[in-house]
Amino acid sequence: MKTPKLYFVDGAVPESPAPTDTPAPWTETRVVGKSLPRVDAYDRLSGTAVYPSDVVLPDMLYAAVLRCPHANARVRKVDGSLVERMPGVRAVITGDSKAADLRWYYTRTVFTKLFDPTCRFEGEAVAAVAAETPQQAWDAVRAITVEYEVFPFVADERKALEPGAPAVHDGGNRVGEPEKYQRGDVVKGFAEADKVLEASYRTAAEFHTPMELHGCVARWDGKRLTLWDSTQGVYGVQQRVASLLEMPLANVRVIGSYMGGGFGSKLQADKYNLIAAVLAKLTARPVKLFLTREETFLCVGNRPPAGMRLKAGVKNDGTLTAFDLTVLGTGGAYPTGGTGLVDWLVRDLYTCPNVRTEATDVYINGGPSRPMRAPGHPQGAWALEQMMDALAEAIGMDPVQLRLKNVPTVSQANEGQPPYTTTGLRQCLTEGAKAFGWDAVRRRSKGDGPVKRGVGVAAGLWIAGDGGPPATVIVKLFPDGSANLNMGASDIGTGTKTVMAMVVAEELGVPLEQIQIENADTGTTEYATASGGSKTVPTEAPAVRSAALAVKRQLFELAAEELKVPANQLYIEGDAVVSTKDPKVTKKIAALQGLRRRGLLIGVGTRGPNIEGKVINPFVAQFCEVEVDTRTGEVEVLRFLSANDSGRVMNRLTYENQVIGGITMGIGLALTEQRVFDRQTGKVVNRNWHDYKIPTAMDVPADMTSLPIDVPDPEANTTGAKGLGEPVTIPTAAAVANAVYDAVGVRVTESPISPMRLIGLIAARGKRG
Amino acid sequence: MGHDQNDGKGGCPQGVSRRGFFTAVGAGALGAATLGRSQTPGAPPAGAAEPTKVTLRVNGRAHTVLAEPRWTLLFVLRERLGLTGTKVGCERGECGACTVLLDGTPVYACMMLALEAEGHEVTTLEGLMNGEELGPVQQAFLQEDAFQCGYCTPGQIVAAEGLLRANPQPTLEEIRAGMSGNLCRCGTYAHIFKAVKKASELKKVAGR
Repeated sequence: MKTPKLYFVDGAVPESPAPTDTPAPWTETRVVGKSLPRVDAYDRLSGTAVYPSDVVLPDMLYAAVLRCPHANARVRKVDGSLVERMPGVRAVITGDSKAADLRWYYTRTVFTKLFDPTCRFEGEAVAAVAAETPQQAWDAVRAITVEYEVFPFVADERKALEPGAPAVHDGGNRVGEPEKYQRGDVVKGFAEADKVLEASYRTAAEFHTPMELHGCVARWDGKRLTLWDSTQGVYGVQQRVASLLEMPLANVRVIGSYMGGGFGSKLQADKYNLIAAVLAKLTARPVKLFLTREETFLCVGNRPPAGMRLKAGVKNDGTLTAFDLTVLGTGGAYPTGGTGLVDWLVRDLYTCPNVRTEATDVYINGGPSRPMRAPGHPQGAWALEQMMDALAEAIGMDPVQLRLKNVPTVSQANEGQPPYTTTGLRQCLTEGAKAFGWDAVRRRSKGDGPVKRGVGVAAGLWIAGDGGPPATVIVKLFPDGSANLNMGASDIGTGTKTVMAMVVAEELGVPLEQIQIENADTGTTEYATASGGSKTVPTEAPAVRSAALAVKRQLFELAAEELKVPANQLYIEGDAVVSTKDPKVTKKIAALQGLRRRGLLIGVGTRGPNIEGKVINPFVAQFCEVEVDTRTGEVEVLRFLSANDSGRVMNRLTYENQVIGGITMGIGLALTEQRVFDRQTGKVVNRNWHDYKIPTAMDVPADMTSLPIDVPDPEANTTGAKGLGEPVTIPTAAAVANAVYDAVGVRVTESPISPMRLIGLIAARGKRG
Repeated sequence: MGHDQNDGKGGCPQGVSRRGFFTAVGAGALGAATLGRSQTPGAPPAGAAEPTKVTLRVNGRAHTVLAEPRWTLLFVLRERLGLTGTKVGCERGECGACTVLLDGTPVYACMMLALEAEGHEVTTLEGLMNGEELGPVQQAFLQEDAFQCGYCTPGQIVAAEGLLRANPQPTLEEIRAGMSGNLCRCGTYAHIFKAVKKASELKKVAGR
């Protein structure tokens, strides 16, 4: 087995091209900010949108993967010989197959074989089959005989460091040294406090479970490979697949097309890309490989569980004096960042001079984690925001007021404590509380009957959401004034394409329905990083604006000749170019002879660098009202309000949709979602949507309000927008927990707040009196 | 396909309700799982048999295909008839991405064999279009932005169509119950509720 060279990018983008235009932020807008339906709504609603799982090619085979059924095992022998003769079977690959003798990198430095004999978690790939139908492929997978040597396992991170715990890797279960952070002196800070509280919190592991299954279709044309992949980033998949197959990037084309959700679990390539490619090569036929729903609960990522011990000190006037946080977490069987960013909110959200954090990441025999919508942040908010509530109660202060007292102006956890470009946290809290009617409902009676009502608040920020280079976009203007937008970023459902079309419309006056937008495709669209980190709008929108301005400049040069007006004295009004000096001197874009002769104007736009010495973060405060049935422990969320500072609102309608989506996902973390391992076997017990409960139409309030703090951030980028998709889910679960406490006086520090857990806590409190 | 008359808060006479669905298909799903496990190497696979001629009426047109008896309606619609508006989400009757109308009633196409659909009128998302124009429920989903990634959306639209055919003016609680068999991981339910309400108005105006 050869050692492939991996493509990795370190640090800042070395020389991002000088931005072609660095225009001033818009002062007023005609299109941007409006509430407009999506430009690709027709495709997604009519069924004409082709998602990768919809691709059916002539002569296509179907693949299925045999996965290790044990939490910790070694493959002694795998026999696929009988299977090769089964009906419809065209290829079988195992760890012994030469064609499948490839490396797989779980991280940059930790690699295994594609089919490695060492299976450190249930669901690790062992073999794969391609057959004429998926049913025949599964028949064959079930018939492959495998001899496993089964080892003891550890599936609970709290037991991973106990003496005698089975070692997931040689050298023990610690993933390196604990990550430590310190500023000020916490001992001094606690000594200065009037009240010191300490509590343990835990969030359970969650699964992403996007609606479209993970998978791809692979097809070879000689030495060229095409993958139709359900992915958040076509270029990341191209780079990983090309490097592992040792192929030129140009010969690996990844077509993203539409995609059915990812939430972080589809940011990179997966083993299924390689398996499909290998099977397609062996059979010389296209191969479709989409995982089953059950498989997606085992091997395509999770939000890791987080155990958090938080000690906090506060003065009676609400001044925070110290935070001390200890985190224990796990990314599963490989070093995938099990504790990453869990401590960030404690470090950065509130003004506090003395902070110490320590995070210990351990291995367990579980599926490797992947980033999930605001990695680390909802977990950290679960601890910090419940603690803020408890501190407020301890000093007799309103929880909104305590937070307002500690709104930061600088990012304390960043080197040199740079200021934020904008900090909308104060407006989020004050305007949110006002719109929610906080003061009145907070004082209201909890109810005399067995059903109690309560309200809760929680806040947050997102460490990223700034975006940045690299990003390149091309805008083409046809001679009739219609346009084409060529961008490599995937619209993962957030409305990216719609927002970008609105930017083009803003600058060029083209109606949205006359803008055609290419879908992410490494063969035809420009380079873009994966759509994730709430950075797609702040990254791509300035590049789109820059490309549109490049077109506009050329357009004005052409019009200047025909109108006999200097190019810098022209503007676009509707479908015409108009003189700023005399509105009667005008010509329709479609009537410009120069444009006719040129046939097409092409503008290339790039994303310039971010401002130096400042931090660009989005902020959020959420308020909710719940009802708790003290007889059953059931919690019903009655309403939610989310006040967001994500800079400029690009499209009011899709903005609101992101907000309600984030709240819905957060309600899942708060009330129902948790990975459960079987204690006897280490297998995931709830590997389907019946047993792993995500919110349904019955579980969320219809009353969800999005309150944008619509203040463009002039220093963030040339559009003034910051990221939104992740901050919207960061404080949600903590807000629910705080509302439950307000209703019944019981603090649920471990997620989810299941009826069984809550009724137990209510009963225990009754006993204590 | 059964649906629970007394499910949830509002009671839902149509639409795929979760509890009712499991009652109806539980026995069948269990049987299929048992068959799968009894596999021995090299033996003819359980459930597989010679392909049989199946005639399906889909969106008003008859299609005759050769199908193995174990093939689901979902598989035949997507992979044999090319009607990929119907999506695959779980293949175990949990998510509703594959919802189609069977004689006007929403069912999960993943939990029905293609053979079982013979003699019934199947309507998919594509069948709700007016030629190249969006139908009223689709139009309502567009106006209210009742989707994000759009992958569960065909099932949501078909479920809403089934709900509105049985109950043209549902209350919010009836909408909730009627749509409870369709999961949306992007979490757009609050907009879906609005869209179903809007669709009810659009259908009334259109007189259909």
